[in-house]
Amino acid sequence: MIDARGLSCPEPVILLRKEMKEHPSERYEIMVDNRVSVENISRLASKERLTPTVTEDAGTYTVVLS
Amino acid sequence: MDFKKERLTIALAGILTGCVAVVLVMSGNPANMGFCLACFIRDTAGGLGLHRAEPVQYIRPEVAGLVLGAFLLSFARKEFRVKGGSAPFTRFILGFFVMIGCLMFLGCPFRMVLRLAGGDLNALFGLAGFAAGIGCGVFFLQKGFSLGRNYAQPAAEGVLFPASQVVLLILLIAAPAFIFFSAADAGPGGKHAPVLLSLGAGLLVGALAQFTRMCMVGAFRDLILFKEPKLMIGFAGIFAAALIGNLITGRFHPGFAEQAVAHTDGLWNFLGMLLAGFGCVLLGGCPLRQMVLAGEGNTDSAVTYLGLLTGAAFCHNFGLASSAAGPTGNGKAAVLIGICVICVIAALNTFRKGGTRS
Repeated sequence: MIDARGLSCPEPVILLRKEMKEHPSERYEIMVDNRVSVENISRLASKERLTPTVTEDAGTYTVVLS
Repeated sequence: MDFKKERLTIALAGILTGCVAVVLVMSGNPANMGFCLACFIRDTAGGLGLHRAEPVQYIRPEVAGLVLGAFLLSFARKEFRVKGGSAPFTRFILGFFVMIGCLMFLGCPFRMVLRLAGGDLNALFGLAGFAAGIGCGVFFLQKGFSLGRNYAQPAAEGVLFPASQVVLLILLIAAPAFIFFSAADAGPGGKHAPVLLSLGAGLLVGALAQFTRMCMVGAFRDLILFKEPKLMIGFAGIFAAALIGNLITGRFHPGFAEQAVAHTDGLWNFLGMLLAGFGCVLLGGCPLRQMVLAGEGNTDSAVTYLGLLTGAAFCHNFGLASSAAGPTGNGKAAVLIGICVICVIAALNTFRKGGTRS
């Protein structure tokens, strides 16, 4: 689980990309706190042919890519 | 998410924004200055008497419009979130030097696009410098640059910035004796569209930019970093619409010499925008984007605005800003100092012990 809360784009996407490179997996989880980051992560997911599932709880978005 | 629709939306928003810029010039704004956050914040600094350069004194209602447009739409879309605390003073300094870079070139990244669309080929040097500066910023981002996390703040903290813009509007309209106005023939500050039109244009562009996340710096940054063209499509839309608008209205004058509010020193146009581009990547967005974020409740961006405003005042108090005659010696020194300071800020926030600041 990557905690990217409080970070602005492009930082969450950079962290996620780094994780994908260093620890390749079929499933990634990242927490962000703004919708722009959710959109940018979803865009990266589509390029990596992964499906993003977004859940929101009190302003924190958890995006699961699988 | 529908990415095709997203790209179409930002293309249309860019086109509309480019059209608005042309209409503002037709209605009185200086040539190729339908929108320019650097110029507008500089004029506002002058209007408030923070500097006494008579040609550039006018509280620009477009800035208040941008902030309030973003504020209102983010509120309606439930995206108004008050946060701050991510290296605010560093952002102030970055904003300060971004303004020095912009006033060396004579325009923010937005105006750079509009200058190109007006045929001002000097802006090509600016564009090259801008891309180089963004490249420098991206280098540090890839190495782990971060200004750290922001945190939730009380609602009142986030409402203050949009409220301060309303106060500026009131000062503009009430025009008390302590507010400065450039004479109509004195320079860029004397040329402006009617207040309500400028305000409406600002509101519209602020809302469009909030909706699409439009950003001139993000356009290049995302293309270099992720090969993601979304923001570049917005950039291209503004350019195309302004170019066509200028051609139709007879405002396209290709060449280097005698361009409006511009100089022909290629090296310093390049270095000015390199400084602006580099600083803006570290800030996370161009001055337009900073205003939109400040409207959405980001108080770090509000502090960035204060950095830009202070930078503009310094530029005219200490002879740093260029003019049609060219850059000044003081301005050149300030740009070189700015590039050094931003390199140090980038390095300190990239290569620190313990990795990314949390």
